[in-house]
Amino acid sequence: MSDTALRELADDPSSRKRFFKMMGGAGAVSAVGVLLAACGDDDDDKSSGSSSSSTTSSEQDNKGDLAIVNYALTLEYLEAEFYKQVIASGEITDKATVEIAKKFGDTEQEHVDALKATATKLGGKPVAAPKTAFEDVISKGPKTILDTAATVENLGAAAYLGQAGRIKSKEILAAALAIHTVEARHAAALNQLVGRGFSGKALEGSVPDGAFAKPMDMDAVLKAVKPFIAS
Amino acid sequence: MASSPLVAPELTTLTVEGHTRSAFLVRATLAAGATYGALSATPFITKALAQDSMGDIDILNYALTLEYLEAEFYKLGLQQVKGLSGDEKKLAKEIRDNEDEHVDALIATVKKLGGDPVAKPKLDFGGAFGSRGVFLKTANSFEDLGVSAYNGAAPAIESTEVLGAAGSIVQVEARHAALIRLTRGKPPAPQAFDKAAEMESVLKKVTPLIKS
Repeated sequence: MSDTALRELADDPSSRKRFFKMMGGAGAVSAVGVLLAACGDDDDDKSSGSSSSSTTSSEQDNKGDLAIVNYALTLEYLEAEFYKQVIASGEITDKATVEIAKKFGDTEQEHVDALKATATKLGGKPVAAPKTAFEDVISKGPKTILDTAATVENLGAAAYLGQAGRIKSKEILAAALAIHTVEARHAAALNQLVGRGFSGKALEGSVPDGAFAKPMDMDAVLKAVKPFIAS
Repeated sequence: MASSPLVAPELTTLTVEGHTRSAFLVRATLAAGATYGALSATPFITKALAQDSMGDIDILNYALTLEYLEAEFYKLGLQQVKGLSGDEKKLAKEIRDNEDEHVDALIATVKKLGGDPVAKPKLDFGGAFGSRGVFLKTANSFEDLGVSAYNGAAPAIESTEVLGAAGSIVQVEARHAALIRLTRGKPPAPQAFDKAAEMESVLKKVTPLIKS
């Protein structure tokens, strides 16, 4: 699996700074560390000086899972915060739509709480919430807001699918799957509500990839959410 | 092994939300099937229910059984159900096509792993096509059940490739579930975490629909 974006973060000081900011300061160094460890790339282990030889494979598995949990947590923070800000903005006036945004937002917050608990259970530190930049989207009004929500939910579903095969712990896999299909439900509902058909452009549509949903890897997802993170 | 008294109580969860007349009809239909449910199960289901653990091929055949059921359900529904709106027909067609593709992909995957794909079961959906309401309610139940079935089985999959395929399919099942729910005016994502169902409970629920 290609993890270009993560490698770029490790090699490029300016993008690393942005990522540290996104990961919330103090915990950031270790967060990038575990994300890189999660890549499972031998070259990286050498160059980053991580002591792979003295680490047992179950510790490695644990680290990898923790990185995935923190990655998912970052995405859930973004989603939860987006719904929160959208509701607070009062931009959406249709009552039924507000109800949906509230319900979905509450659900994303439950995902945040569960993933935080999971990171702690793995002996790790949950990443801090990123500083978000949704003002631009929200100021453009209901259509842009809902279109964005619909796309971001499709992105979230693709992101979870992209990690499923990399999760080592069966328990964490089960949790990720339970969240994955809820993101898919959100995505389908919102894309339907904004009037996109079953499929259109990438990440647009209620069943955007047809019968088989496409996964997205970390670098593609992190790149796609970049505009929503304050730098 | 499943016997009727064990099968029947499970069925109440197949009908969701509400006690309307149409819900009662579905339940009655399923309960009638349940009387002979254990006897009419396919050899695969009989074997699966007797097994303690399943390999990837067994899990794929389990998924294939459910996909056969869904594909046939929408195919017959489109032929028989009266009163579906244009949008509802469009949705049922899209879902049917997706389920057909799932069937084909699962058959191919079982073969690729050196296994024998289960044959398409003979199905009887009872009164599920009697009205638009019952059809959509049953569709809702099947899609939610499908999601919980995949989510329950996926962690047991050994091959990363097969897990990826199952994940790719279950995401689409969840999308179907949400769209059918919206059509019914129900919350598309009622829970923050989708349930995982064990194979045994899923097979017991669908067994009454399988005639051989």
